[in-house]
Amino acid sequence: MNAPLVDRYPLAFRLYPYARSGDQDAPTATRHPVVIVGGGPVGLSAALDLGLRGQPVVVLDDHEGVGQGSRAICFAKRTLEIAHRLGAGAPMLDKGVVWQKGRVFHDRDEVFSFDLLPEAGHRCPAFINLQQPHFERFLVEAIARANAAGAQIDIRGKNRVDGLTVHDDHVALNVMTPDGPYDLTADWLIACDGARSPLRDKMGLGFDGRVFEDNFLIADVKMKASFPTERWFWFEPWFKSGSSALLHKQPDDIWRIDFQLGWDIDRAHEMKPENVRARVDAMLGTDIEYELEWCSIYTFQCRRMDKFRHGRVLFAGDSAHQVSPFGARGANSGVQDADNLGWKLDLVLRGQASDTLLDSYCAERVAAADENILNSTRATDFLTPKTEVSKTFRDAVLSLAAKHAFARPLINSGRLSVPAVYDGQALNGPDALPGGPARTRPGAPCPDAPLGSGYLLDQLTQGFTVLAINCTAPETGLHNLTITAKDALGAISDRYLGTASCAVYLIRPDQHVVARWATADAAQIKAALIHVTGVSQ
Amino acid sequence: MTLILTPNMSDADGFYEDLITAHDGLSKAQSDRLTARLVLILANQIGARDVLKQALCVAAEDVGAP
Repeated sequence: MNAPLVDRYPLAFRLYPYARSGDQDAPTATRHPVVIVGGGPVGLSAALDLGLRGQPVVVLDDHEGVGQGSRAICFAKRTLEIAHRLGAGAPMLDKGVVWQKGRVFHDRDEVFSFDLLPEAGHRCPAFINLQQPHFERFLVEAIARANAAGAQIDIRGKNRVDGLTVHDDHVALNVMTPDGPYDLTADWLIACDGARSPLRDKMGLGFDGRVFEDNFLIADVKMKASFPTERWFWFEPWFKSGSSALLHKQPDDIWRIDFQLGWDIDRAHEMKPENVRARVDAMLGTDIEYELEWCSIYTFQCRRMDKFRHGRVLFAGDSAHQVSPFGARGANSGVQDADNLGWKLDLVLRGQASDTLLDSYCAERVAAADENILNSTRATDFLTPKTEVSKTFRDAVLSLAAKHAFARPLINSGRLSVPAVYDGQALNGPDALPGGPARTRPGAPCPDAPLGSGYLLDQLTQGFTVLAINCTAPETGLHNLTITAKDALGAISDRYLGTASCAVYLIRPDQHVVARWATADAAQIKAALIHVTGVSQ
Repeated sequence: MTLILTPNMSDADGFYEDLITAHDGLSKAQSDRLTARLVLILANQIGARDVLKQALCVAAEDVGAP
């Protein structure tokens, strides 16, 4: 307890140097509405979301910026849409390497390919590759812009939570700084402190799941290369650098290469630059010049907490759930946690919703985590067959797939992150649009579509939106968005009407559908809204 | 009837998981028995003699020389 603050990793960007806060000189612990622990992608997204809604937010991080290493590199369309809503999307799209296609090889032969966004009419691409330090830096820069416009988001570097006591109506924190400890209290605490979450441990909460017996070597190499910007994956590659391999482009001429090493390895030996280079050389050929930028060996687990809400403490991102990296479902699902939580906590803080709304955060994001864990577990079982018979089937799939298309969908090198649909969740209202497309049913995230000179999602506000297509939205006090045939419906028709001629959608602040009707009056919309908030507005 | 060699399965990932899970905890001999029984059950479901003949040919293609 109260050990000195020592950096656990070197920084890529020093974004929030320690600065003494007034709270450290206060005679009693200052109370804040929201304290977020952890300044990673999830904590920063949550801070930005709540800050833009007018909530003062304190973010505590035990470092002064973003750690080195590319780590999470694949950011999915839904994450980019959320970042765009938060004002951080443009620089990400600008810097990131856009991709949507993947190819899977067995030995030398291509056995499967996929296209993650075969349709047009979306602002954001299926995926960008962007090193995690840049992703976090762009969020911090968006926070600075939000603060300049009046938001109150206070990121405190080198502030480590050493103790917490959870009370019925607040959380008391003991925080360590280079100037010594101080106390804080928070109405609500959001724990975004990563897979090894010290807060989860301090609260004595479990984190159960499966460990996979395999090691993967990541090598980021810098080189001028003309491989296409596609995700290339090899099972049993001809170059023998691992039992599988991955090649994927990042910005700044950096390429992510992964090699599957197996379970019984000597980590120190494998991490030696000459040994990493031997594997990379076998893959690329010895005539390609490259620099090794960053290396790491990882093992992985699929697990989650039982519940993501524990009274006044809310867990989000890796602290709540952990997946294997195949499918890019870690950081992406964490940002969606923040997206789900921000508006709910804001309404509760304003007294405009009952605090039971936060139980829906747990229910919805637990379901999403289970979907992510299921997909990532299946991919991992295919990559790392756990028994002889499982390897026999895997090899049969690969050998059949070379000649026969039927076996190709069974090849699983990762099913890439898509947002969860909150099917069957308590907040969903009526699905009363006969002929309406399945993709926009209650619980689904709104698909983007071109609208005027911009995009539909841009027209959804930070609050609830009533979207009326080919009809008039009744007056409810909510933001109304009316689109008619004269606006040239285009993709909106396919994505929101299906075979219906008109529709009314009630859309949540996180752009998920609450309810939809062929026609609706004010009373029906208000009833669906009250069902969500638990409070008569 | 012609053997279908294009994708024809709904929820391929779910089927594959069930297939692998069915073998959990079985010995090699037990696994072989399971696979044999499954093949016979599926063959009966397919029924058509000519389709089964084609399936046998495709399956035998790349199993290595006898």
